[in-house]
Amino acid sequence: MNLDEAIRLRDPAQLPSRRDEDWRWTDLRGLLRTIPEPSSPLGPQAIGVGPFEGLAAESLVVANGSGPETLRVAPGETRTVILRHVSRGDGAHSARLRIEVGGGARLTLLESHEGGGSSLSLLGVDLTLEDGASCERLVLADLDPEAVAVVELDVELSAGGRYAQTVLTTGARRQRFETRLRHPGLRSEARLDGVYILAGRKHADLTSVVRHTGPDGRTDQLTRGFADGQSRAVFQGRITVQEGADGVDARMAHNALILSDRAEVDARPELEIYADDVACAHGATVGALDDDVLFYMRQRGLAETDARALLAVSFLGEVIERIDFAAGAERVRSWLLARIGAGV
Amino acid sequence: MTQMTRPDSTAAMLSLRGLHARVGDREILKGLDLQVPSGEVHAIMGPNGAGKSTLSYVLTGRPGYEVTAGSAELDGVNLLELEPDERAANGLFLSFQYPLEIPGVPALTFIRSALNAQRKARGEAEISAPDFLKRARSCAADLKMDFDMLKRPMNVGFSGGEKKRMEIFQMAMFAPRFMILDETDSGLDIDALKVVSEGVNALRAPDRGMLVITHYQRLLDHIRPDRVHVLADGRIVASGGPELALELERHGYDKYARAA
Repeated sequence: MNLDEAIRLRDPAQLPSRRDEDWRWTDLRGLLRTIPEPSSPLGPQAIGVGPFEGLAAESLVVANGSGPETLRVAPGETRTVILRHVSRGDGAHSARLRIEVGGGARLTLLESHEGGGSSLSLLGVDLTLEDGASCERLVLADLDPEAVAVVELDVELSAGGRYAQTVLTTGARRQRFETRLRHPGLRSEARLDGVYILAGRKHADLTSVVRHTGPDGRTDQLTRGFADGQSRAVFQGRITVQEGADGVDARMAHNALILSDRAEVDARPELEIYADDVACAHGATVGALDDDVLFYMRQRGLAETDARALLAVSFLGEVIERIDFAAGAERVRSWLLARIGAGV
Repeated sequence: MTQMTRPDSTAAMLSLRGLHARVGDREILKGLDLQVPSGEVHAIMGPNGAGKSTLSYVLTGRPGYEVTAGSAELDGVNLLELEPDERAANGLFLSFQYPLEIPGVPALTFIRSALNAQRKARGEAEISAPDFLKRARSCAADLKMDFDMLKRPMNVGFSGGEKKRMEIFQMAMFAPRFMILDETDSGLDIDALKVVSEGVNALRAPDRGMLVITHYQRLLDHIRPDRVHVLADGRIVASGGPELALELERHGYDKYARAA
């Protein structure tokens, strides 16, 4: 199983399938009999403007698989960079980006996934944080209903560093965000948050694998979302605390609301602990918007759509409040409001 | 909002005629007639299962409560064709028997959104933040409520008594024209009952009406009704002055249950 090779060699046998344990709810081989032709290059007019426009001077664009391959933030430097991943048409493409953040440097990465058409796409990012470096990654993904998209992120965290991400998505025909983080401990910390708002027949899979390899590390995860229509949400979170990684503090929570009886939420939180003096907790809940609460709110004068939106915003808002970059959080909040007003 | 037809002076504020309603296949209201004139407080008493709570939900438009015949008007406006929020904007307020919790939404945020939604529906300007806070502080003080409680998520983790007090707080904030109090005394100790009743009595006015639904007479010692009605098996089977409540307290509902 290798999605990058499946795309490059146009070999559907390499697509991940339900027989791969970690992909059982996001089966691509059962979905695609053939791999589409390579996508054509995109001109600037097809690229347009992204959702983080105006929040950073520097902007990287990966369009139909073509774009920069490296980003380097020098030691001690503070930078905010927009990364746009734009897909159009019905082809297949794959890209890989390497990001290095030098010692003590800070990177704010404002990433968007746009368009999609009916393409098959893969974006792989390798992120290395040197000692004391930090990165906050905000992701807004709003793809066309026929797109199939996978985003893989591999993070190497170092001593005293911090990695934080908030992925917000409205899903696609099949979509997966996979984050793999090597956590050395040594006073470093990670926050891996997510929000999904799914309607129609959309699908979103938020998968993360955190490996605590050293002592005194923190991981905090909060994912919340809605599944309406015939949509399907997948949450898989695995935290492994290896032998010797003592004193680790790891928390994981996933709370879903199912808004229709044809929607589905699959959740698999896993904690594997082989070390001592470890504080770990995970919780997962799946519920529905409470009709009695909605009636109560309407009796006080709120229209039904406003009552639903107020409940939705308060439910998802706790994830947004954890974002550090204030201007980014503001942008994310309005992005969310625009989609909740329409969908929930 | 379009101008409402002016009720003539003899017409009741709340007027229910031949009201039939069902929940699922079960008919619960079976031809209920009731007139509450402006300025009056009427009590509805009756045995469990008589349809008291159903009446409050039918009037406020709770989904699942289907009116099959009859009419319900508030100041000549047909309530039955309005959404629950439109009924609220028309001045109808229900103090719930079991108030709901709204996780993540601070009480003041919720009340302000609801108040402004009502004002907008009536074509009025939004209330300013300072005016709103001033009003909230004054209402909270009247009801001897800790103001910090209003910053917490609505009703979340509140005791039964605190929730009831929060209902009356909202009633005071919205200043509705017609109020339905559904078993407001349940969950209240005697001191809380006094405070809450004072809050309710403060809202009595010549241009307002009130329907107090209760199983026990105790509440009516504090909120003195002008009229008392007995609801049994989906109909009003007896009406009288405040003395009727005392009689019910002594003799129970048996004879009405049999009559129905």
